[in-house]
Amino acid sequence: MLLELWFRCRRGRVHELSIVSSIVDSVTETLAAYPGARVKEVRLRVGALASVIEDSLQFCYGIATEDTPLAGSALIVKILPVKMHCDGCATDVEIASLQSFRCPICNEPVSDLRQGRELEIESIEIDEVEENV
Amino acid sequence: MTTRIVELRQGILKKNDELARGLRGQFETAGVLVLNLVSSPGTGKTAFLERTLRELVASGAKAAALVGDLETDNDARRLAASGAPVRQINTHGICHLEAEMVGKHLEGWRLRDLDYLFIENVGNLVCPSSYDLGEKIRVALLSVTEGEDKPLKYPTLFNSADAAIITKIDIAEPCGFDRTAALKNINEIRPGIRIFETSAKTGAGMAEWLAFLADARGHRV
Repeated sequence: MLLELWFRCRRGRVHELSIVSSIVDSVTETLAAYPGARVKEVRLRVGALASVIEDSLQFCYGIATEDTPLAGSALIVKILPVKMHCDGCATDVEIASLQSFRCPICNEPVSDLRQGRELEIESIEIDEVEENV
Repeated sequence: MTTRIVELRQGILKKNDELARGLRGQFETAGVLVLNLVSSPGTGKTAFLERTLRELVASGAKAAALVGDLETDNDARRLAASGAPVRQINTHGICHLEAEMVGKHLEGWRLRDLDYLFIENVGNLVCPSSYDLGEKIRVALLSVTEGEDKPLKYPTLFNSADAAIITKIDIAEPCGFDRTAALKNINEIRPGIRIFETSAKTGAGMAEWLAFLADARGHRV
């Protein structure tokens, strides 16, 4: 397992580990308001241009959450497509291929990014301890 | 036990983004133009920056550089020969620079005394694109030896760039570099981006690049 991580790091993928460590910090901070709660799921919104590979995130998540309140929780990654604004068509359009930033309606180049670089924690699902009455 | 969904809606790199915002404010107040140079290892970022610094210093401009590498201060020593103040950032295994490292390495420098600050990122075309360093201009570099389709392979970086530099143009011919294809590919990923075709060795394209820098700085305040 560590050997595989080492290989991934060597291939320049270690930033997913930094990203996952930031997730652990944010969620742990949030949990302070819910003492004793157990995390079941962490849901992310990740833009297709965010430079994040889901496999690497999932892999690093398992390691980075060990011995934390997030241990054993599932990481749900929602990938958001790239949306650009096309001036000619006066509308936001979805870019299907990251190899060509052109409006799918009029085929003109588009450079005004409206969605695609998100890297957010959307929500977490927790099991809360019932308060004693 | 009750199950509850807690909405967070927060940026994962919030801490870096906040620090970068702070740095950007400082740079703007000080009137220094900050550029973040990103490319693969071996593209020639250091040689390009060396030439840029040397020409800026010779023209009387005040330029400084921070240079990121996993290990060694070889690049800082090379760049310091230009006469510009240079500091090395060693990331010790981290594949990109973060705003915190930049802030820490600026301590003691009077930003008000600078016209330009160049940040040479760790050689990597993937990871640096997620991390804002507070720069005004992100520069993506590509050498004629790397293949014209590199922008298509790494769209996340090229799409976030404000300017593109093609390096080592002096050896374009023996490398069989297809200039038209390279320009087309960069434009497919980042339509309308300014592209400079340069050689740190012969100085080709440097005049246009320096004019762009002066212009970008002039339009700042």
